[in-house]
Amino acid sequence: MALRWKNTLKDHHVTDEAVYLNRRQIMGAAVAGIGLAAAGGRAAAAEELEPNSWEDITQYNNFYEFGTDKGDPARYAEALTIDPWSVKIDGMVDNPGDYAFEDIMKAMTIEERLYRFRCVEAWSMVIPWNGFELADMLQMAGVQSGAKYVRFETLYRPDEMHGQKAAWIDWPYVEGLRLDEAMHPLTIMATGIYGRDIPKQNGAPLRLVVPWKYGFKSIKSIVRITLTDEQPVNTWQQLQPREYGFYSNVNPEVDHPRWTQATERVIGGGLFSPRVPTLMFNGYEEEVASLYDGMDLRKFY
Amino acid sequence: MTVTDRINALARRVPAWVLYILMVLPVPWLLWLAQTGGLGREPIQALEHELGEIALQLLIAGLAITPLRRHLGINLIKFRRALGLIAFFYVSLHLLVWLVLDVGILSQIWTDIVKRPYITIGMLSFLLMIPLAVTSNNLSVRRLGPGWRRLHRLAYATALLGGLHYVMLTKVWEVEPMLYMAAILGLLLTRMPRKTRKQAV
Repeated sequence: MALRWKNTLKDHHVTDEAVYLNRRQIMGAAVAGIGLAAAGGRAAAAEELEPNSWEDITQYNNFYEFGTDKGDPARYAEALTIDPWSVKIDGMVDNPGDYAFEDIMKAMTIEERLYRFRCVEAWSMVIPWNGFELADMLQMAGVQSGAKYVRFETLYRPDEMHGQKAAWIDWPYVEGLRLDEAMHPLTIMATGIYGRDIPKQNGAPLRLVVPWKYGFKSIKSIVRITLTDEQPVNTWQQLQPREYGFYSNVNPEVDHPRWTQATERVIGGGLFSPRVPTLMFNGYEEEVASLYDGMDLRKFY
Repeated sequence: MTVTDRINALARRVPAWVLYILMVLPVPWLLWLAQTGGLGREPIQALEHELGEIALQLLIAGLAITPLRRHLGINLIKFRRALGLIAFFYVSLHLLVWLVLDVGILSQIWTDIVKRPYITIGMLSFLLMIPLAVTSNNLSVRRLGPGWRRLHRLAYATALLGGLHYVMLTKVWEVEPMLYMAAILGLLLTRMPRKTRKQAV
């Protein structure tokens, strides 16, 4: 099931392939500017995604396990032990158990995905992830037919994650997806950025990336995945149910109670970086809108 | 010589204009940091928050002047006007950064002011400071007489709203805004029992 969504066009083949891309691919395509310009015409109409710098991506993080300041994760995440690491997969699966990180990596196909990343706080980045499709990992564990949701848990180790000593969050951090969202080709487990191992502040050794949802859904440093028939209560929903829902799809038309979601600031532009319009489903509308057919997205925020 | 006497003696020797100069210095420093990456990867909000926090600190310092004199005998009253005016200066910069660098979209600015309670409250706090800043001079004190003192009780409301603005801004209950709020409430409480007495405020 790997490689179901192709978007990372490399400089050497972008000129050849860009002209053949159909509209669907181009909409989500993350293409280096030079290649697109060369392709001209229709391709030039597609947007050009410029990935953020390594520094932007690794020094401006929300990872409350290490503190609430954006710089805290980069400052304190070094204390985290990520080797050995295993992920417990349990619940409604055929092969429950502890999966060692190395074994997972051996079984999975690592690919590049250049995705937009939109935080619920109205800032955004473009990140070149490396990882594998979550669907492949779930398939490895054998999803049983009654399963409807996937629940994820971050490591709880307050000795190394000093932010977990704060009592206002009921640790460990929990997130959840509907099974069809989890199986979607866009949903990945990231294990790298820019071809390097994913830094600890970004959720080493493996984290979820769901590019059409607000960033807090993309839970980091995962140690447990549970297949269940009950909708999980994710941490932010538990903390502030009026402000954060289970779905948390990027939606410029549904404001956060305290700020607008219609625009966002792209990180990395310095003091004079303007806000840009936020895209429905963070620009992945063609790929994922059908998952929510008939749902009132104002109600299921 | 007690500590109080020493502080008072020092305060007598330092003219108020020194304070104006010292307290404006962080502005070019912050701008330089913002330009050179010293405020992190997202300098706009960082700058906005720094300016807002300094403004609150100055407001708190201003509120502390009277209790310091009344309860500890430390007389820093000659610096109070400077503290207030510089607080207003920082609040104005804070607002300006929000208007121009942070939002920068006219329609969104208006929606935010009307629709977002923490911004409405922050804006109200700023508006209440304007008459205070305008009348922070000897001429106004003479002209307004006892009315000047009544008018300048608005400083309490300004500080309260400013503290509230900060508390409401954070995603969850965080320590720092709560400390600011506690300081403001504490300093206002020191005035409560003496409200009826004939006493400088």
